[in-house]
Amino acid sequence: MKILKIFIILFLSIGFSHLKSDEKNDALKSKILKNIRCLICQGQSVYDSESEFAFSIKLIVDRKIEEGLKEEQIYQFLREKYGDWVIYNPQLNKNTYVLWLLPLLLFLFGGAIIYKKTISKNNKI
Amino acid sequence: MKNKFSLFIIITVLSFCFVIFYKGLNNPNIYAPKIKDKKNIPIFEAKDFNSSAYLKSEKIFEEDVFYIVNIWASWCVPCRIEHPLLMELSKNQSVKLIGLNYRDNINNAKKFINEFGNPYSQIIVDNEGTLSVEFGAYGVPETFIIDKNKKIIRKFIGPINKEIVEEIKLIIK
Amino acid sequence: MLANQIGYYSLILGLLLSVLLCGVSIKDLNSNNKQINPNVLSLSFLQLVFVIVSFLSLILSFINSDFSNETVFNNSHTTKPLFYKISGTWGNHEGSLLLWLLVLTLFIFLFLIKSKEQPKKYRILTLLFQQIIIIGFFLFVLMTSNPFNYLFPIPNEGLGLNPILQDPALAIHPPILYLGYVGTSIIFSSSLAAVTQNYISKEWGQHIKKWVLISWIFLTIGIMLGSIWAYYELGWGGFWFWDPVENVSLMPWLTLTALLHCILVLERKATLTSWVVILSITTFTLSMCGTFLVRSGILNSVHTFANDPARGIFILIFLFILITLSLGIFFFFHKENNKDSNNFFWLSRETSILINNWFMMYFLSVVLIGTVYPIFLDVISSEKISVGPPFYQKLIAPFLIPFLLFMSVGPRLKWIKSKIENKKSLIITFIISVMLTFFIVKNLTTDLLFYTILISAAFFLFFTTLKELFIKKFNNISQTVAHFGFSLLILSILFNNILSSEIITNIKIGEKYNYEKSEIFFKKIEERKESNFNSIIAYFEIKDEKGKIIELNPEIRIYDQPVIITSEADIKTTLLEDKFLVMNLVKGNEYFNIRYQVKPFMIWIWISILLLSLGGSMSLFQKRYEK
Repeated sequence: MKILKIFIILFLSIGFSHLKSDEKNDALKSKILKNIRCLICQGQSVYDSESEFAFSIKLIVDRKIEEGLKEEQIYQFLREKYGDWVIYNPQLNKNTYVLWLLPLLLFLFGGAIIYKKTISKNNKI
Repeated sequence: MKNKFSLFIIITVLSFCFVIFYKGLNNPNIYAPKIKDKKNIPIFEAKDFNSSAYLKSEKIFEEDVFYIVNIWASWCVPCRIEHPLLMELSKNQSVKLIGLNYRDNINNAKKFINEFGNPYSQIIVDNEGTLSVEFGAYGVPETFIIDKNKKIIRKFIGPINKEIVEEIKLIIK
Repeated sequence: MLANQIGYYSLILGLLLSVLLCGVSIKDLNSNNKQINPNVLSLSFLQLVFVIVSFLSLILSFINSDFSNETVFNNSHTTKPLFYKISGTWGNHEGSLLLWLLVLTLFIFLFLIKSKEQPKKYRILTLLFQQIIIIGFFLFVLMTSNPFNYLFPIPNEGLGLNPILQDPALAIHPPILYLGYVGTSIIFSSSLAAVTQNYISKEWGQHIKKWVLISWIFLTIGIMLGSIWAYYELGWGGFWFWDPVENVSLMPWLTLTALLHCILVLERKATLTSWVVILSITTFTLSMCGTFLVRSGILNSVHTFANDPARGIFILIFLFILITLSLGIFFFFHKENNKDSNNFFWLSRETSILINNWFMMYFLSVVLIGTVYPIFLDVISSEKISVGPPFYQKLIAPFLIPFLLFMSVGPRLKWIKSKIENKKSLIITFIISVMLTFFIVKNLTTDLLFYTILISAAFFLFFTTLKELFIKKFNNISQTVAHFGFSLLILSILFNNILSSEIITNIKIGEKYNYEKSEIFFKKIEERKESNFNSIIAYFEIKDEKGKIIELNPEIRIYDQPVIITSEADIKTTLLEDKFLVMNLVKGNEYFNIRYQVKPFMIWIWISILLLSLGGSMSLFQKRYEK
């Protein structure tokens, strides 16, 4: 058992990527574009859209990646120009605490109810 | 007791949701971002419409007047409708109009200007639409008002109309 | 035109029948007859007939391109193929509401016929509650969304149907989806009826189970058809975007699945009774809520329905009346059961079903909050944010891991009290899953740890259910098949995610594009004219690493009414992978922009959802309840 565990940990730590840098850039660009809302479309991302706006954004993201900007910096750039609405991944700020935390709180609440129902009744059976 | 308490909670939550949805229905769905903090104009270099030389943004906005940046294109139908109003605004001494020709064919754009008149003290070319993104625009036509501190203070999405012209005239006094 | 008049007056008659039905049923409720008044059944049937007549009249108007009808004018065109003229009937707001009415009236009639051995008062009350919903919809249609409005002078031509809606999958997607979605109304009405009669019992559980199953199966397949349509039509190779309209169909599915599992408990003994009622109410409420969100214009989405705030207000008020009514009835009538029957050991089948519900409610809360939170934020603080796929993925994916593990262990537990049998084989299966996963995934992705754990969990479920199928444990075959389908679904989605590759490039006619494994050759284009569009068909030859050549022919279509340009992807599907090619014009250029994707295991996603529904169907036809 122990040896098995050690092997597993060793394997996990060796994990490496085979992607070349070009592919990495492409993959990064796709990932970013999927996260940007096309503002003149109804509910499409820039990645999916062929509109003028999407075209311009794609060019800008290309340039920013070449300039060496990181993913979060590119998002920040766009947020400054267009507001939070343009990015699909909602940030964790004072506006969105409820958004991110409420489901988790409900999960814990549900767990508490189940605990009460089953474990504490354990005495009887 | 427990039942009454949970009933109370449910009624409160439901009423709250009802009010929110009701108000939400009446909100306009078009996203027109209000300018909360006045942003600086972006720093850029752009190609001049007539001379094809490259101009720096500091040079374009160097004078001590109000500037109106108007994004337009020859293929944009509402631009033609707002154009006479732009001509009217250009007569005003306290403001200069800068045209941003968006993703356009240069010959068609020149024909547009020849036919409808030129309200712009300067026109710059944005073939790829990337300059408009620097301004935070997403289409044509869009109009930005820039004050003497070189900050963007007002933004109009879509063609301007008579009321907007009056509002601009008040701002640039 | 005559069809218009007939359609309109049928609706009015249907509404009057509702009122009549209510009167007759209330009278029958108080009578001493042991059997239900046969008039009630006949009137219900008559109401169904009127709605069918109305629906057929609208279809007829569409087939005849009768543009004196405003709905036909807005949504059809003489050059549309017949099949799409017909399916255009329900591809718009007014017509789809007729579909709502059709399913509402159909289901209540079928319910009355199929429930003859149930208590009389219960059946009548179910009818009454359903009629409240039906009356609400009749009023909604007649007051705000009449499909039979007159246009004068009569236009020569219609405005046409959006070409991306002219697709076979989308033609049958609404009817099937609505059978599930609207079918939850019966569960709503009957559970309210049962509550007032204190009839939430074992017998009621056995009786309502088939209705829950029927709704669930249709809802599952309906959602699948929508995804298939998105995949083939929307041209970007995705099949789920967490778009509000998609979420809105998923939410009732989550509660319905939870309810289904609770009914499995209920049909054995009367436990979790309050929760079952709450779930029944919630499921239909979510359907109504979904209708509100999608048709009122309050949300921004790819799926355009005619948006009108006036309609939104009607639905909102109707929705809240239903909620208030149902909660009122629940609080007033529901009696908590004898405490003893609520006992079960923590390690038992009942607990695993509770855990299932726990996770389902969590997933529901993620989807619900993600969908409506922007509305709340906008109203309260005028800030607009977007909640898109990253949010849902981040909150759901980690929880899938324990969920899958529970799904493997849960069904093996006995009712009331259990031990985990065959612990050794379970652990061995688990280790095999992890090692197998690791060796497969190690070279494929950078997100190694997360994917390894998630895929291992999916494999664990996969192997445990597969084993049960093989050693021919046929006691619970429907559940095994369904759980197996689910594991296959997760595995297909995950592997598809990891292994998909994509190339985006601009290419000219006659050009060849090389990338590491293979070559794309843009041979030629052909132009073709169809009845309502012109198309440019491109001929591509793609040579893969082994030298095998396949042909793909993406299309660009220019529709004439309305003028829309669409890209039609060409997809070659095999059991192993889909090859997906879509082409777009580049403005002012002789170049075409192409997207070529290789998507492994796509078809397994659809197959696994079918397996899921198969499991449900098997349960429907099983005579005795699960052991």
